[in-house]
Amino acid sequence: MTRTRRASLLAGVLLIGWTVLVFAFIFAPVVSTVVFSFNADRFPALPWGGFSLQWYEAIAADETIRRGLWNSLVVAFGASLIATFLGFTAAYVDYRFRFFGKGIYMALAALPPTVPVVIMGVAMLTFQGRIGLSGTIPGLIAAHVVVCAPFAMALVRMRLADLDRDLEPAAWNLGADQWTTLREVVLPFVAPSLFSALLITASVSFDEFMIAWFISGLNETLPVRVLAMLQGQVSPRINAVGALVFGVSILLVVVAQLVAARRLAAARLKGSDQ
Amino acid sequence: MADSSLSHARASRIRFAVFLGAPTLIWQLCFFVVPLGFLVAMTFWSVRNFRLQPDFTFANWSTILSAGFFQSAYTYTFGLSALVAVFVSVAAFPVAYVLAFKVRPSTRMLLAGLLVVPFFTSFPVRIYSMQIFFSPNGLINTALDAIGIAPISVLNSPTGTFIGFLTLTAPLVVLLQTFALVAVDRQLVEAAHNLRCGALRTVFTIVIPAARVGLVVAGAFAFVLAFGDYISPQFLGGSNPPTLSILIADQVKSGNHWPRASVVAVIMIATLALVLGALLKLAYGGRKPS
Repeated sequence: MTRTRRASLLAGVLLIGWTVLVFAFIFAPVVSTVVFSFNADRFPALPWGGFSLQWYEAIAADETIRRGLWNSLVVAFGASLIATFLGFTAAYVDYRFRFFGKGIYMALAALPPTVPVVIMGVAMLTFQGRIGLSGTIPGLIAAHVVVCAPFAMALVRMRLADLDRDLEPAAWNLGADQWTTLREVVLPFVAPSLFSALLITASVSFDEFMIAWFISGLNETLPVRVLAMLQGQVSPRINAVGALVFGVSILLVVVAQLVAARRLAAARLKGSDQ
Repeated sequence: MADSSLSHARASRIRFAVFLGAPTLIWQLCFFVVPLGFLVAMTFWSVRNFRLQPDFTFANWSTILSAGFFQSAYTYTFGLSALVAVFVSVAAFPVAYVLAFKVRPSTRMLLAGLLVVPFFTSFPVRIYSMQIFFSPNGLINTALDAIGIAPISVLNSPTGTFIGFLTLTAPLVVLLQTFALVAVDRQLVEAAHNLRCGALRTVFTIVIPAARVGLVVAGAFAFVLAFGDYISPQFLGGSNPPTLSILIADQVKSGNHWPRASVVAVIMIATLALVLGALLKLAYGGRKPS
């Protein structure tokens, strides 16, 4: 074996080793959350204390966690509906129209996630406090829509990029007005992405903690409850809540992916029949 | 007649466009632009007897800008965020390189999909897990003890914050870098190989310059995320020393001094805008128009 062969072999091993290490770092906290949520011991340490569901029972019995979960679900539901509607209109506006100030319009629709959440939190608190929205569920929904809508817009916009630009004008020439065309041509085409957008914005809202921490007041959401628990003593209940949140979010995303994939496959099948 | 129906059609087209465009505009103006504008206005308000009063005073600005705790927090937050952005960019690059060039596309899809998983676990919960790993009697020290190495102390120090920032930024940076490297023209890489250019030299003379924009954007995201993060410095760093986001939270939650918190927030936004502007210029600047 030549020296260069050996060197490149060594480089390959180092590369793979480093990749495994980085992946281990990224996944260690995720895995340990799930593993220790089933741990029978009070303190999360090795060796593992045996399988137990006691932390799940503890959080199921905890009134504050149940209320937080309910608030989170209500906020995620409302925020995802509104954010998906706004995301769709903004994506369609970007796809269909050219107008003066479009750059600013699109920046407004896309930029909120780049502003640090701690700043969004203070801004929301001071502003919503003035108009009496702070501490209310509608206030939380309003704030979450701002950060969720850009995700919905991005998803719908990607789907619209595949829509033939001449399809709508063709429908107009055949006498359909713009509303009919939107309903009969555009909406069915983007339907899978709308569904994905609903679930992904719901999951973004469900996980958001910083803005909610500033403005939720007595209407704590689940992640805000977790934050309060973090400030208290170490408790495996946090792992149980975390694993639960993880499960719900992953479920939402997987369903979103599956539905999008199935609709797409169905659409292709239909297309090949004709 | 024809004229009026034409103008009628035109009016209905405009109505259609406005009806679709307006909701997002109104919502983002009401709940994004106005709150941020209000934040700027509030920096000039005053607090008397624990009550907010509309005012036009620079007192909050001068108090914050001249405060030693603010200056040290600013330097610390900026320095640590920049360090993390550079560190995570360098650490992620080999991983992105493996994902983009060394594995089959199906494996790449699988690994990239796995990298999305952490985004769907609550970040505070992941940080709580890191506490478990790094606590004095935690998993890592138990393991180190077993092989006879002295325990490391990480929590409640800048190292803890640093690890938190890595936890926050690593998945995203690896993903973005992978996208950037996948987009690099394979023919360039093969041409370099055919010309007997070594692997390392190919990376530095072909791959990195070709993927420059994506690599800089990934680093910029890391900086933005770390700069604004509250969870890592609070729960892994023990707010020791405090970062800007901790100053904001403290001023709001316990100090009840919203105008001063607003000053810190506005300075943070200005800093981010400057840094992002500079980085994008670095990414796109000096580039021949293609």
